[in-house]
Amino acid sequence: MSQPQRRAVLNLYKTLLFLGRDWPQGYELFRKRLHNVFLRNSEETDSNKIDMMLKHGQFVVKEIEALYKLKKYRAMKRRYYDDN
Amino acid sequence: MSRVLVGVKRVIDYAVKIRVKPDKSGVVTDGVKHSMNPFDEIAVEEAVRMKEKKLASEVIAVSCGPAQSQETLRTALAMGADRAIHVEISGPEYETLQPLHVAKILAKLSQDEKADLIIVGKQAIDDDSNQTAQMTAALLDWPQGTFASKIEKSDAGLTVTREIDGGLETVKTKMPAVISADLRLNEPRYATLPNIMKAKKKPMKKVSAKDLGVDLAARIKVISVEDPPVRQAGSIIPDVDTLVAKLKEGGHI
Repeated sequence: MSQPQRRAVLNLYKTLLFLGRDWPQGYELFRKRLHNVFLRNSEETDSNKIDMMLKHGQFVVKEIEALYKLKKYRAMKRRYYDDN
Repeated sequence: MSRVLVGVKRVIDYAVKIRVKPDKSGVVTDGVKHSMNPFDEIAVEEAVRMKEKKLASEVIAVSCGPAQSQETLRTALAMGADRAIHVEISGPEYETLQPLHVAKILAKLSQDEKADLIIVGKQAIDDDSNQTAQMTAALLDWPQGTFASKIEKSDAGLTVTREIDGGLETVKTKMPAVISADLRLNEPRYATLPNIMKAKKKPMKKVSAKDLGVDLAARIKVISVEDPPVRQAGSIIPDVDTLVAKLKEGGHI
């Protein structure tokens, strides 16, 4: 793995771990699953495939952020506004 | 170009199940996850967007509370505020801290910092007072646009669309003004890890209420804090006749 790619992977892992702190089912579950996924793909050497996985990782980051936003918005809406 | 002051409060996270202390003096806060009040996140986001649109020159985040409030301020800085002011209040003074005290602090700070606009969340999700913006505006004798769901810059000041019962109201205010953010004003951005790291380099000033000349003497006393009534369990009825009988019994038909 090239150096910049290695850094990108580590950054992705850290970003996801950070997001995991707010995971509804708890940080531990998130951390374990995340670790497993990264471990499973740790043998990958094809640079193109790694790039693809990095892209997918960025997509997952965006999805999780969107999930948190929506969850909070809905909770506030339910608590403070009539549900019509 | 204006300077915007944003009030942020550290509250128990919205997703946490709240537990009342056995002595009914308050709720359990030790070891409980805290985060920024969701309505204040919306206020910070609005201020940052104003800065990005070059309508504001500087965004200052303010929080009143114990040392941990600095984490909340870091989040505000990570979202894009330029600097932060932490008004340290802890112990018994913090427990009886009321919107009136916070309003006085915000009013004083806005004059010290020469702010032209104060944006706060419409209410905090812990005490649900919904008073700070209104009181601050009154103390400063500034116009107010509360429950804002849209803020636009017009020639002399701001055009604020407010959420009111059964509709929307549009008001025009001059500047300086006080705005309180409602849920639909915007979608706050997520404070990302790199931004939180960068926020550690942004300046944070620590002051005490005494420095600002604000008297924190309690104006109210908390008598008792209690859980809301528990909803009673329903029952399953074997057939229609029993249902009709039960409804008659309850006076529904």
